[in-house]
Amino acid sequence: MYDFIFKPFSEMTNEDYQKVGFKSGLEIHQQLLTGKKLFCRCPAGHYSKDFDAEILRHMRPTLSEMGVYDGTALMEFKTKKDIVYRINRNTVCTYEMDDTPPFLMNDDALDIALGIGMLFNCNIVDELHIARKQYLDGSIPTGFQRTAIYALDGWIPYKDKKVKIVQMSIEEDSCREVSDIGHNRVYKTDRLGMPLIETVTEPAMKTPDEVAEVAWICSNTVRSTHQVRRGLGAAREDVNVSVTGGTRIEIKGVPKISLIPILTYNEAMRQWNLLRLREELNRRGITSETFKAESFDITKFMKKPHYAPLKSAVEKGFRIKSVVLKGFVGLLRWQTQTDNYFSNEVSDRVRVIACLTTIPNIIHSDSKGDNIPSSDWTAIRKFSNADDNDTVVIVWGNEEDSKTAVNEIIIRAKEATIGVPSETRQGSRDGTNGFERILPGADRMYPDTDLPPMQITQQRLDNIKAGLPEKYWLRHSWYKELGIPEDTIQELSISKYASLFKKAVNEWHVNPTAAAVILIQYPKRLKKKGFNIGILDEEILSNILKLFADGKIPRDAVLSAMEKILVNGFFSDDIISTPASVDEVKKEILNSIEILNNISLRNEMNKGIILMSILMKKLRGRFPASLVAERIAFNKKGISNVG
Amino acid sequence: MSDNNDFKGYSGPALEVLKKYNAMIWSDVELITDNGSFQGLILPRSETADDLHIVLKIPVGYNIGIAAGKITDIRINGRKEAHYKIPEKAFPYDYRKPRVKLLGTGGTIASRLDYRTGAVIPAFSPGELYGSVPELADYCNLETEKLYGVFSENMAPENWIGLAEAIGKEIEKGVQGIVIGHGTDTMHHTSAILSFMVQNSPVPIVMVGSQRSSDRPSSDAALNLIHSVKTAAESDIAEIMVCMFGPTSDIYGLLHRGTRVRKMHSSYRSTFRTIGDIPIATVSREKITPLRNDYKKRRHDNNVTINAVFEEKVAIVYYYPNMHPDIIDSLIKNGYKGIIIAGTGLGHVNKPLYPALDRARQAGVAVYMTVQTLWGYVQMYVYETGRVMMDLGVIPAANMLPEVAYVKLGWALGQTNDLEKVKEIMLTPIAGEITEREPSNGYLIYQGGLPEVEEFIKLNRK
Repeated sequence: MYDFIFKPFSEMTNEDYQKVGFKSGLEIHQQLLTGKKLFCRCPAGHYSKDFDAEILRHMRPTLSEMGVYDGTALMEFKTKKDIVYRINRNTVCTYEMDDTPPFLMNDDALDIALGIGMLFNCNIVDELHIARKQYLDGSIPTGFQRTAIYALDGWIPYKDKKVKIVQMSIEEDSCREVSDIGHNRVYKTDRLGMPLIETVTEPAMKTPDEVAEVAWICSNTVRSTHQVRRGLGAAREDVNVSVTGGTRIEIKGVPKISLIPILTYNEAMRQWNLLRLREELNRRGITSETFKAESFDITKFMKKPHYAPLKSAVEKGFRIKSVVLKGFVGLLRWQTQTDNYFSNEVSDRVRVIACLTTIPNIIHSDSKGDNIPSSDWTAIRKFSNADDNDTVVIVWGNEEDSKTAVNEIIIRAKEATIGVPSETRQGSRDGTNGFERILPGADRMYPDTDLPPMQITQQRLDNIKAGLPEKYWLRHSWYKELGIPEDTIQELSISKYASLFKKAVNEWHVNPTAAAVILIQYPKRLKKKGFNIGILDEEILSNILKLFADGKIPRDAVLSAMEKILVNGFFSDDIISTPASVDEVKKEILNSIEILNNISLRNEMNKGIILMSILMKKLRGRFPASLVAERIAFNKKGISNVG
Repeated sequence: MSDNNDFKGYSGPALEVLKKYNAMIWSDVELITDNGSFQGLILPRSETADDLHIVLKIPVGYNIGIAAGKITDIRINGRKEAHYKIPEKAFPYDYRKPRVKLLGTGGTIASRLDYRTGAVIPAFSPGELYGSVPELADYCNLETEKLYGVFSENMAPENWIGLAEAIGKEIEKGVQGIVIGHGTDTMHHTSAILSFMVQNSPVPIVMVGSQRSSDRPSSDAALNLIHSVKTAAESDIAEIMVCMFGPTSDIYGLLHRGTRVRKMHSSYRSTFRTIGDIPIATVSREKITPLRNDYKKRRHDNNVTINAVFEEKVAIVYYYPNMHPDIIDSLIKNGYKGIIIAGTGLGHVNKPLYPALDRARQAGVAVYMTVQTLWGYVQMYVYETGRVMMDLGVIPAANMLPEVAYVKLGWALGQTNDLEKVKEIMLTPIAGEITEREPSNGYLIYQGGLPEVEEFIKLNRK
């Protein structure tokens, strides 16, 4: 059943992904561009490493509204972390510290969110209910994120179909992690509480590239509003991936869309290989019913170990324990992802749940060349009743942590008999991923008792709608019809000048390509030359387009006119030059030829180009270059006629 | 209001729509509306919310509100009722551990959430408490009794009296410590009155509550409960105390003397502060560290004096500039027997009030002066005006906090109408409500922003 073997990333075809039943959906987090945070009046978007104070908190799981505990919550509770928050008073008040109840939701943020919901063709809810979504990892000091679903059931166009937007929520952003070592986790709080929207797509994407393409559509849609934050960390994707027989796994916080293909490829491979591992276990007769594991305290065998991690464990007075996985021989070396093995899955759990964060945190008998003498291995195997078919995993830590670790090793090994455990995972730069936490369920949601439900009126929606940009994919297809250069379409369609472009084309009858180039390419070129193009605002650009439409600036003079504005720092009518009369042109041509004749040329072939350049210095913007060229009968071969 | 539990919390147009389609709460439904359909579970609605929307819990766990007016059809697919239950586990008995009684008055130390009103339902039985805070069993064998289920602001003299009597009974029965769960808003009123009504307790009596309700992962409830139970079980401090967070961080709690403590912030965890003095001790999971040694020590007898009386016709008048004498006059007219003034500075009110104060004296109203600065003593000799007021019968109440003076005056008037006897009771320190000396490290309200304070806060998790 699972006989397909994953190929290297670059060799995988769409058919290969079809074979494994690749399926993926997105949860896109996007910060909104507001001055203040979502539930307090702290400034948003001010990041700093400096802090004035620290506070220490612990998290305990609580019951959901439906009367049950959430699995993730219990897992996080097992980890017993000291959570330290670094406070910078410029960006954090007593609300973020959870010492003041929330203020009413930031209206600007909600307006932006609702607008984006409409762009995604969603149904907007009539009444907003703020929920608390539990996060016991400490990333939010309250232990929960305030979040509310405001839109459901939308869509975006993709290829020849629609990808469904399942839901959109508005929520407060979390802390940024500084470190997580042992039982101590440290967070910065500056990002905490910033307004964010989460957009969830259905899992309609069938290849890694499709996932990235859909992410781009979503990204472009929100960017077209110009009311969202840009820059590193302002948009983060959680990517859900599954394969046939696998489980929906969430890869959290992917910072760049370009990383999505390799990350989803590796996750698909991991799931597929875990399913193959299950098949192998079944072949060996190991199922969840027959699975057997035992653990032993082997500290006494480890009096003077040479292997540095064990040596330091002995010095610290740690317990050293062995876990015998019956019938698992060789399977900890079972490949899961590129350069990752099943042993990584086990080690990850030990790291996260038992807080044994110094790597390596386990060694095992499937890996040759470990630094335990074979005589010790033999003694340990004998003491642990392990035979040749078994794998022995060794783990070390203080009494409590080593106990948790042993438990987690057994739990994770047993899960291999079931397949792919539900988890959230963290992507790495190399495209692989590691365990983050157990996948939380709906049980972690409960209503926020601090804030009342809030009605969203039709009036409010109408006001927001009036200010929304046109859907960027509609602009896209119109630009294609207009024949605008491919490299300009994308940027123009999400540009804040897209409506100016429309006006220029439809009302002032400006040539579409010229208008697109003036609005998109020229500012870029001028920026490259080192100008601050911030001066070129909507008013100035529309003046330029109008002058161009009225023939007051010829096309070849627009760029220099814009440059002149940037040099002066303001718009003035002197960028318009008086048109040259035919007589004046003739006179200039004669003058220029005289200048040309006084230059000694190395290559007579360049005569025409040089003449043209001398002439245009005088005539640019005053007489069309094409007509000047015609008059001097300029062609590539040179000048054939003058006058 | 809805007719019955099937449509709990719904009324008006929303109720009509639900009834029309026979969609009761907890029904798993698809709501068909003019703009799309919504799937989920119909939840009960808060009775304070409007009557225009239906609350739906959608499958991902979020709630949303849908306008009833837009609904064109409701398809019912099933039913799923929520059952709230804090996992209940038998509280383990250990003969070596002390017996601690937890008396509940209604606060939210351990609780679950009421989906409908959003209120929290207290978890209270030993089994429920053990289910949510299993650490309690490390310290004691816990017994619980729910005396009242009232919010802190609704605690009244009858509750104080009932609580004092219940404490007396428990001590007679031989418990080794008492914990009282209480809402935080008026915890210091209750701790003060208990300090007078319950005297010479042989065991610790510890009041506790929470600033963040226990339905939140970051709640201070569990740790406060652990600290208070540890104090009741193990400490040698046989006084009425308030046990709440020291810093906002989860590090240690403070044990405040019941007559010197006050809630000083509307929402901070570390809201309770000892005023005019220093706290008795700090308490953590591991240890209790006394900050002073002049407290009453634990004894091994079952003797206690309960004097549970209260005269309700007592008021606090918080003086403000431009106060008119009719405020005092209306109290006299309404038969008040005692007035505590929270005066400005060293204990002052404006001159126009003097005639009214004279009328109060003539009417036999006991009038005592405290300070609204909270910190420091009343000193009515310093200025001429103070002396004039004393001539008008206003008695300085030393460094008693206004709320403490209030409950003490009610308690004194509950015992006698003889104003001389009342004065003797009022001015004789019983439980630290008046101290002879204010320690120089008592008043330390740090001024944030100062470099040395910033330095301190950077180095210490507060």
